[in-house]
Amino acid sequence: MSQGPILELRGINKSFGPVQVLHDVAFSAYPGEVTALVGDNGAGKSTLVKCIGGIHPIDSGEYFFDGERVHVSGPRDAAALGVEIVYQDLALCDNLDIVQNMFLGRERRSGLVLDEDTMEEMAAKTLAGLSVRTVKSLRQHVSSLSGGQRQTVAIAKAVLWNSKVVILDEPTAALGVAQTAQVLELVRRLADKGLAVVLISHNMNDVFAVSDRIAALYLGRMAAQVKASEVTHAQIVELITSGRSGELGLKNGNGAAS
Amino acid sequence: MTTETLPKQENAESSLGVHVKGYLERIKGGELGALPAVFGLVILCVVFSVLRPAFLSAVNFANLFTQGAAVAVIAMGLIFVLLLGEIDLSAGFASGVCAAVLAVLLTLQGWPWYLAVLAAMVTGAVIGLVLGSLVAKLGIPSFVVTLAAFLAFQGVVLLLVKDGTNISIRDETILAIANKNVPPAAGWAALAVGVIAYAAIQLVQARRRAARGLVATPIAVIAARVVTLAVVAGFAVYVLNVERSRNAALVSLKGVPIVVPLIVILLIVWTFVLRRTAYGRHIYAVGGNAEAARRAGINVDRIRISAFVICSFMASLGGIIAASRANSVDPNTGGSNVLLFAVGAAVIGGTSLFGGKGRALDALLGGAVVAVIENGMGLMGYSAGVKFVVTGSVLLLAAGVDALSRKRAAATGRR
Repeated sequence: MSQGPILELRGINKSFGPVQVLHDVAFSAYPGEVTALVGDNGAGKSTLVKCIGGIHPIDSGEYFFDGERVHVSGPRDAAALGVEIVYQDLALCDNLDIVQNMFLGRERRSGLVLDEDTMEEMAAKTLAGLSVRTVKSLRQHVSSLSGGQRQTVAIAKAVLWNSKVVILDEPTAALGVAQTAQVLELVRRLADKGLAVVLISHNMNDVFAVSDRIAALYLGRMAAQVKASEVTHAQIVELITSGRSGELGLKNGNGAAS
Repeated sequence: MTTETLPKQENAESSLGVHVKGYLERIKGGELGALPAVFGLVILCVVFSVLRPAFLSAVNFANLFTQGAAVAVIAMGLIFVLLLGEIDLSAGFASGVCAAVLAVLLTLQGWPWYLAVLAAMVTGAVIGLVLGSLVAKLGIPSFVVTLAAFLAFQGVVLLLVKDGTNISIRDETILAIANKNVPPAAGWAALAVGVIAYAAIQLVQARRRAARGLVATPIAVIAARVVTLAVVAGFAVYVLNVERSRNAALVSLKGVPIVVPLIVILLIVWTFVLRRTAYGRHIYAVGGNAEAARRAGINVDRIRISAFVICSFMASLGGIIAASRANSVDPNTGGSNVLLFAVGAAVIGGTSLFGGKGRALDALLGGAVVAVIENGMGLMGYSAGVKFVVTGSVLLLAAGVDALSRKRAAATGRR
């Protein structure tokens, strides 16, 4: 670890009514590294990501960005910091084209009018920077794209904004083998460009293929955040399923105290 | 799938070929656009002019515009609501309420016309604000909110015009909207300015994109568009400038009805808003995927409410035009078939009932189809009953085409 974390959360608590989803969670992401966020269904991965992205306000806890404490109370705050989330359902509008989707909500304009030309140029540059070569025209509707291409557009949309942290929610869940490889390659490239990438995945092969660190959530608690090179496949599976693995993990397996 | 990230400028021929091929592909893929409306319009016009030569007369041609104007204007507003995948069933009677407000203030209270018009437009906007807030903030389905408003507004019109009497309108300015014409020379001048401006905008845009190395519309396509506009609009202006009076010596009746340039201005304004502004982009986004729009930081509630405001505001303009054409306001203004015709016009023009797809121009194309059906069948001497049945069937047909093309689009991966 040459640098401190760009994004750091401490003691995050989040409840939905009587149900406490996140207990005292700590999480960090480092620039130039892929941090995998793993955990079983219902462990709180999506909730944690939505808290980072400002979709859900946190009940208590501290949110540090680039070493400074910040308050994120909405998606725009997170975007202003440089935190971008690519959701599992991609959140693309089928009836809009690639450029329109990439700039949705943050359109470039000159005066009152949309500056389509600049937007198209920037979109083209971003896709070229990611070495994306599979898109025929930037003006085709997203509805006509394949799953991998949609994922690419969604990731490019997140990168467009000089973002510092990109969070990918199950980017390969719905993809075939070749497209998965493509997307993972893209993920690695993002980190190599100096971004902090957070990858949520259920697929251990994907996780070990690209990540530098692994954070495992268990029943709303952070079981462990470790370097990928220092753990084995089996240890991570244990962390996911029981919250502990030997010295690693929660002291009490059922998550009552950490 | 070709491997090209930064599309390079191709030579004119191949780029024209690409353009045409892309268009054909879109049609095959289920994006029919304006085709069904244009096709239907041509067939209807041919059929009616063969069966009733009077259909082709200059008088009748001018009639078509003034007959269809109110419906087309209401439809143009409805498109904003339809783009979100919502519906406004109260637009017809909202126009009635606004017309009644206009008539009461103008004739009974003696207000000057501009204040009365302003009051009618504000009434429309407030109606939209209330309806939109109920839909967006309370989450009542728009179908129910506007169905309730449909009934209530019917009552409001009755209350305003005092139980079934009618209020006649005598203000010259209001009456002129649907009953007076633009001087022929001014009509030609406006046409020339319009066509030249359109050509200039298209050319400048293409030039700028080509200069930046982006794919530009080929000159041939631009030329085709400009020529089409010039021919269609030129023909319309020519026919409307023909003397329509039976006794020209007594009273001359020629020129483009004032309501036509009014509609053209509305068309340009709303097309600009939908295609060139961030607000318009956000309307499409909310209609296509409201959740994606919300995550992109778009205030979805505000977009919803604003769409209803625009819809009811346009309904108020429709009401004013209807009042002008009828020279009066009665409890049936904006009632009976007005709403169905307006929804029909939007859908026939190519606006989807499922949201996310539609243009301001659709209202005019569809409005023209509806107006031609009503006018032509009237000339053929059919009763109101038959007209209703036929218009209802056409609406159903258009909605069927919409649903089918959507299915086809989904099947070919272009949903």
